Amino acid sequence: MKSLEELAKIRESRREALKIRQGVPSKTEKAHIMMCGGAGCISSKCLDVVEAMKKALNKNGIADQVQIVLTGCMGPCDMGPVAIIYPDATFYRRLKPKDAETIVEEHIMKGNKIRRLMYRAPGSKEPTPKVDDIDLFAKQKKVVLRNNFYIDPTSIEDYIANDGYVALGKALTEMKPEDIIEEVKKSGLRGRGGAGFSTGMKWTFTAAAKGTPKYVVCNGDEGDPGAFMDRSVLEGDPHSIIEGMAICGRAIGAEHGYIYVRAEYPLAIERLDLALQKARENGLLGQNIFSSGFNFDIEIRIGAGAFVCGEETALLTSIEGKRGEPRPRPPFPANEGVWGKPTVLNNVETWANIPEIIRKGAEAYSSVGTEKSKGTKVFALAGRINNTGIIEVPMGTTLREIVYEIGGGIPRKKAFKAVQTGGPSGGCIPAEHLDTPVDYDSLGALGAIMGSGGMIVLDEDTCMVDIAKFFLDFVVDESCGKCSPCRIGTKRMYEILDNISKGKGKEGDIELLEELATTIKATALCGLGQTAPNPVLSTIRYFRHEYEEHIRDRKCTCNVCEFEE
Amino acid sequence: MVECSCNTSNEELAKQLDKIIDPYRDKPSGLIQVLTKAQNLVGYLPKWAQVQVAEGLGVSLQDVYGVITFYAFFSLIPRGRHKISVCAGTACYVKGTKMVTKALRDLLDLRPGQTTPDSRFTLEIVRCIGACGLAPAMIIDGKDVHGRLEPELIPELLEQYE
Repeated sequence: MKSLEELAKIRESRREALKIRQGVPSKTEKAHIMMCGGAGCISSKCLDVVEAMKKALNKNGIADQVQIVLTGCMGPCDMGPVAIIYPDATFYRRLKPKDAETIVEEHIMKGNKIRRLMYRAPGSKEPTPKVDDIDLFAKQKKVVLRNNFYIDPTSIEDYIANDGYVALGKALTEMKPEDIIEEVKKSGLRGRGGAGFSTGMKWTFTAAAKGTPKYVVCNGDEGDPGAFMDRSVLEGDPHSIIEGMAICGRAIGAEHGYIYVRAEYPLAIERLDLALQKARENGLLGQNIFSSGFNFDIEIRIGAGAFVCGEETALLTSIEGKRGEPRPRPPFPANEGVWGKPTVLNNVETWANIPEIIRKGAEAYSSVGTEKSKGTKVFALAGRINNTGIIEVPMGTTLREIVYEIGGGIPRKKAFKAVQTGGPSGGCIPAEHLDTPVDYDSLGALGAIMGSGGMIVLDEDTCMVDIAKFFLDFVVDESCGKCSPCRIGTKRMYEILDNISKGKGKEGDIELLEELATTIKATALCGLGQTAPNPVLSTIRYFRHEYEEHIRDRKCTCNVCEFEE
Repeated sequence: MVECSCNTSNEELAKQLDKIIDPYRDKPSGLIQVLTKAQNLVGYLPKWAQVQVAEGLGVSLQDVYGVITFYAFFSLIPRGRHKISVCAGTACYVKGTKMVTKALRDLLDLRPGQTTPDSRFTLEIVRCIGACGLAPAMIIDGKDVHGRLEPELIPELLEQYE
């Protein structure tokens, strides 16, 4: 395709074909069955359900009137496999292959919805049939995950039908590069990888940097334990990342991009690879895109399992095929990135926001969120909570709303203890701060971080010393060893924690941990090391009494730590 | 040095490895991609494969070895036919990774990093497979995710892997 008109033509015709997913009954089709194909539902055997559906459709001779689509992650992993049936937008959960025939013969053919497969709100006897009425979804706002309910991630036409590549068209034909950057700056978008640096500023620096060629890089090395947001975007809506990166390429004058994905996400790599091929076939990547003279293409790089490669300088080194060790900054990647050239590096979720900002304008985008944190944030909700899975909420939503209203509270009537955000770089937020709005600055003030979006809920049975030890163990294992504060310091901290957890702690250990933590934070080379002590510091800050109890009374109230005789 | 125990001869494998190397010849930046494919071909990365990759891409053997030992994905020793990767991400840890590893230890006498004497299973601990909603979870052969694990369910689950 060479023009916006051609794009519009595909959009209109495809949109007509997909009207059924907007609730408009179709003359030729009975239903579209959107099966969640996220990693969670796949491991809950959703593919068996799909097979059974196909069989049931064939048996009843209506296979040509019903489409089955495997979508990206819909969010509620613990209810999987889940599906939405259009046009009536009925949400079914915990599907088994044997349910397929009932759905086809009763719901699709006769219009009798299956009550037992519907969602029931906690404490309610009546089921909630429609997906939009379900409390869990109603509190959310989908910007990044805008397409996950509606499109087939393997179909570029589906993406186009939902206004895909409109933003790229606008950026290439109506906007000057500096306008694009200005729009992103005005949107207030901050890096979703965790640090929260202004995306627009990053682009400004790279655009102004001397040296060519320039590069655009996507960080999909989602290594934080307890985080799978990026995975759901990569698997569910790969074109949104491609479009975002191409827009940036135009803005900063780059023709080449890299997407760095961890090897642990084979499905994400497969879908991304297919999306790149389709984009090339349709002229949305390659030479002279939309006849604007702009050339852009993207290569996938696969990470081979090193947490430190999520750190930007380490990731860039890894793209070059080397050991992914970080290096001191400055020079920042904006000036010296891949191959020593100016590079913009943003996280998956950040990229998925870009097309929405350009298409709708900065003002519309920034109407959601708080003063200093604009837009929405995707979180991976897990741990001791009823509704686990992926959620997307406006910045400024309180932790209480997330844990109790969207997450459905703590299972087995246990008491909430803390929520851990930001993985090994973050901290634990206790019950007294549940009304904190979730934004970069509020979480930072509590000694936690926004991080990339992992949110692990801990209940009264979780020992905080054990959790701190868990994260330190992780860091010791993943430290690349280049700088001594991280390599040696975290190891010493781990040993102290290990002693405490075995009843061998001494008076003064807590103070020693704090001292080591302060030194490591101040002197480690990269973000991994500098933030590594956070889980320890934040648990000491809010749960010091648990440390003291372990040391003085040789007691673990939660009965997690095993003391040596 | 441990030689490949499978039926294909090293010479045959070396020929196939050459094909993998071809698009990256004298391009050191392709090292990680080539090693990934080489390991998928051979099962691990023996010295002969390292030498061949080093010569093909124009990097030193030392650099090849450095990259292999840096990334968790690569292995210098042969592994079992099936790789069990138990997730030790935060959500899984909170919900019972320890219980899963204990069950595997009791069942197969297998500790992380080890391979069963019959080369059927290799056990490793990995950091977050992104299935936190299904914790505790493990992934077998890099593709089959098994979630909501309970020790009693594990023996039956392993039966499908010969």
